[in-house]
Amino acid sequence: MASDTSKQQGRPGPEMGHRPPLLSVRELGVALQTRGGNLQLTQNISFEVGAGERVGIVGESGCGKTVTGLALLRLLPARSMQVSGKILLDGTDLLRLPGRQMRAIRGRQVAMIFQEPMSALDPVFTIGQQIGEAIRAHFPVGAREARERAVDVLDRVGIPLPQRRHDEYPHQLSGGMRQRAMIAIALACQPRLLIADEPTTALDVTIQAQIIELLVKLSSEAGTALLFITHDLGVVAETCERVLTMYAGQVVEDAPVEDVLVRPRHPYTSALMRSLPNLSVPKSVLPSIPGRVPNALAMPAGCRFAPRCAHARPACGRAQDALPVGADHRVRCARFDELELPGTAA
Amino acid sequence: MSVPLLQAEDVLVQFPAPGQAPIRAVDRVSFSVAANETFGVIGESGSGKSTLGRALVCLNRPDAGRILHDGADPFALTGRAFRAHRRNYQIIFQDPNAALNPRMTILDSVCEPLEILGEATAAARRDRARAMMDRVGLSGSYAGRYPHELSGGQKQRVNIARALTVRPKLMVCDEVVAALDVSIQAEVLNLLAELQGEFGLTFVFITHDLGVVSHVSDRIAVMYLGKIVELGPAARVRHAPLHPYTEALLSAEPSALPAAMRTRERIVLHGEIPSPADPPSGCRFRTRCRFAEPRCAVDAPAFREVQPGHFAACHFVDQLTLQGPAS
Repeated sequence: MASDTSKQQGRPGPEMGHRPPLLSVRELGVALQTRGGNLQLTQNISFEVGAGERVGIVGESGCGKTVTGLALLRLLPARSMQVSGKILLDGTDLLRLPGRQMRAIRGRQVAMIFQEPMSALDPVFTIGQQIGEAIRAHFPVGAREARERAVDVLDRVGIPLPQRRHDEYPHQLSGGMRQRAMIAIALACQPRLLIADEPTTALDVTIQAQIIELLVKLSSEAGTALLFITHDLGVVAETCERVLTMYAGQVVEDAPVEDVLVRPRHPYTSALMRSLPNLSVPKSVLPSIPGRVPNALAMPAGCRFAPRCAHARPACGRAQDALPVGADHRVRCARFDELELPGTAA
Repeated sequence: MSVPLLQAEDVLVQFPAPGQAPIRAVDRVSFSVAANETFGVIGESGSGKSTLGRALVCLNRPDAGRILHDGADPFALTGRAFRAHRRNYQIIFQDPNAALNPRMTILDSVCEPLEILGEATAAARRDRARAMMDRVGLSGSYAGRYPHELSGGQKQRVNIARALTVRPKLMVCDEVVAALDVSIQAEVLNLLAELQGEFGLTFVFITHDLGVVSHVSDRIAVMYLGKIVELGPAARVRHAPLHPYTEALLSAEPSALPAAMRTRERIVLHGEIPSPADPPSGCRFRTRCRFAEPRCAVDAPAFREVQPGHFAACHFVDQLTLQGPAS
């Protein structure tokens, strides 16, 4: 894994230069078409995911992280949502692919798992049938071979008695086991990128720890890249190598996890970290962020966080591009260099 | 010593299960909560924490044992006296949406508890409701709005306001911030802390979130399959747990600290919480405990005071060296 080697050298070097990333998202935007015109939900989203790399997307409800995940697989309704920009998978723009070729990529190259396994699984088919369906959609194998592969992948995701579980229905499984079954379906075709949208949010903390351990293990064993969408900074810190912070439809910071936890460069990233209750003195007043996330109908013209930012200056009224902090760190803040913002370690 | 505001004595709450023995959701639990205290209850799904919370405010009647409010059994009261008593013990639920009637305006929802109690005139009730809305940070412009027009955090403020209009002594907060984003969660937690000082409130704070419970609580009770397995001062439970389940729970909590500051080894529990319909014999945690021995399957460990004010139910509590949180 490229990112692992570079980490050992202390600095994720310019290997991205000679080795094209697995996924390169450029200027991705999603607009909702309404009677009153287009409502821009996300804008100018650009980031890369290297082969085998684990990248997190954090942000609060409504920041556009789920819409971004769905857009990558072209799962948004084409009638009401307009996707612009480029989604390059190995250099091929997914947004330009005809439907049939896109279907060959979904599940095979890029797979996705969701927050609520019960609503993502079909209640009238067995777990095995649902894994088999994915396998047979992409490989020319018979029923017996599909069953063998399904049982094998159930075993790999740590489901006990995989032969028996193969023939059970989703309702017969616990929440944690259902999420494992979802992961089994997603990994059955050995995709190169797995998009996981809040996969542990509905789970208890001890089960969440199991699923995180499993995802990290499977991703490093098979070299599957992971795009982990979550609201939980702790989960990102324990799972990912790099993290994108989203706010109001934009990526405001893109940085190696370890760097950003120590020194976030965007005031929003820092504020998000400081509001975690387990990092503050018990019974103290928790730092919170004044105001509300702006409405998509009335986005601030300049920096979108400026109206709530303790460090805002008149200059923040101008639209803010993502600026390089170092080789592998970008931030959408004009004052990133002069501010000393606390991370979780402070 | 004065009488505690709330006492649970050997409380058992069970639910009938067709074709099998009743499910003991809360199984012989005892503790007391002093006035102005914040008592945290932590546990995973199915641990019985919500059932316990409901029993504390008389929404579930204990099948055995007693709940005492100010030293008296509220279930001994009947009719009007019972209703008049309950105003002092309020509960706020997790889902701010489900707790509000979508067809009632915010002001009507906040007024309703006072109406039911038949207090004051309609005009005076509205004034009190408006004053309370104002106190929880909802401006007058929200009065005529409906729940769907509000955000999750605002709806939870409405629920806090309506519980407070009747000036309770104790509030059970059942996962009140679980559905909220972290920055909103911080605001609501700050608000609750302010209100506690201002109104002299006592809180029973039920949550699955260790960060939240250790931030707000004076003492913490850890529940597992209907039993309290550990109870003690918040800082002790968080930094020097006595029960292996507490240790595992602390260790499972994802930490947002840089890797170099995450010193402890992570303990990942195997398996899942067993069904409360068929709990393990002996110690209920033994099927997932890394220290379990044959004895644990036979004897249920006694819940005893290991250090002053710090209780745990484990046979080996004196022999184990447990680690604190992962961070």
